Amino acid sequence: MNPIAWRLATMTAIRDETPTVRSFTLSIPDWGGHRAGQHVDLRLTAEDGYSVERSYSIASEPERAGEIDLTVERIDDGEVSPFLHDVVVVGDRIEVRGPIGGYFVWEAAGPMATEPLFLVAGGSGVVPLMAMLRHRARSGAHNPTRLLFSSRHLEEVIYREELDSLAATSDGLEVVHTLTRSQPAGWMGYNRRIDDRMIADVLAPLGMGSRSFICGPTALVEVAANALVRLGLPGDRIRTERFGPTGT
Amino acid sequence: MADDTTVDPVEAQVLDGNAVAGLLAAAFGVEMTEVPGACAHCGTVSMVGELRAYVRAPGTVLRCPACSGVVLRVVETPSATLIDVRGAAYLRFERG
Repeated sequence: MNPIAWRLATMTAIRDETPTVRSFTLSIPDWGGHRAGQHVDLRLTAEDGYSVERSYSIASEPERAGEIDLTVERIDDGEVSPFLHDVVVVGDRIEVRGPIGGYFVWEAAGPMATEPLFLVAGGSGVVPLMAMLRHRARSGAHNPTRLLFSSRHLEEVIYREELDSLAATSDGLEVVHTLTRSQPAGWMGYNRRIDDRMIADVLAPLGMGSRSFICGPTALVEVAANALVRLGLPGDRIRTERFGPTGT
Repeated sequence: MADDTTVDPVEAQVLDGNAVAGLLAAAFGVEMTEVPGACAHCGTVSMVGELRAYVRAPGTVLRCPACSGVVLRVVETPSATLIDVRGAAYLRFERG
């Protein structure tokens, strides 16, 4: 089936990730599968014909058949995310097209399956990287992998428990958190925004043969990508995705 | 980020070509984010996914990450998608 065609998906599950972030499971007829890091477009159409589209990264691993998870942060002045959070219930149908994208994709195949993998996320930028980590775990890859994940507060860390359990499996994954606004008592992790020194320190054990994916707000992506370039990581091994509301 | 006071507010809104990948795929009929294109202004070859996307406008402007020259402009009307390609010297599509 043409991946670019709009088709109707059915909401089959909704669950809270953090106070402002929820995951939505969509069952999609004839879904031909996706690659970790790809996204879909959602389209909402009002009765008067006004329609709005937004892109959301797929959070689930490609190994799951016939359905995808999207993890969406509620943006107060947004048009689509408040609808998803406040209005949509299980059983509702929503227009979807995809999967879309090939630039920001990691696959447990070919050289990527064994190369060190350095992931950098800010806030809900973790979503496509989580698809990569879930795919990595399901595929049994053991390549050295580190996720540097910036959140404001501990309670805003998306997928916190799942990341803890993935990192506990001793398959080569380490998760490094930085909390930029508040830290719980006894916090041993980073407590500042991502900077050159943090990138250098977290990348060091992986080395310059790493492949890197960075996703988050534009400012974070710029800082992290520029730091990697200065450290000497070849530009063609750095892939970035800036997120934010798209004006379509 | 909301707590970022050091970045120009317009630049802080910049996304990349991935943000309009669905729109471009629908218009061109193929996945576009890995398609290399040459900037007509400076010659730098970037994949469409690497272009800087300015989305806070009527339509989307995709600029060269090296020289900031406009490479593609994309506008949707109720019945059509218009893509201004003057800023691209070429787009390279691999044959299957």
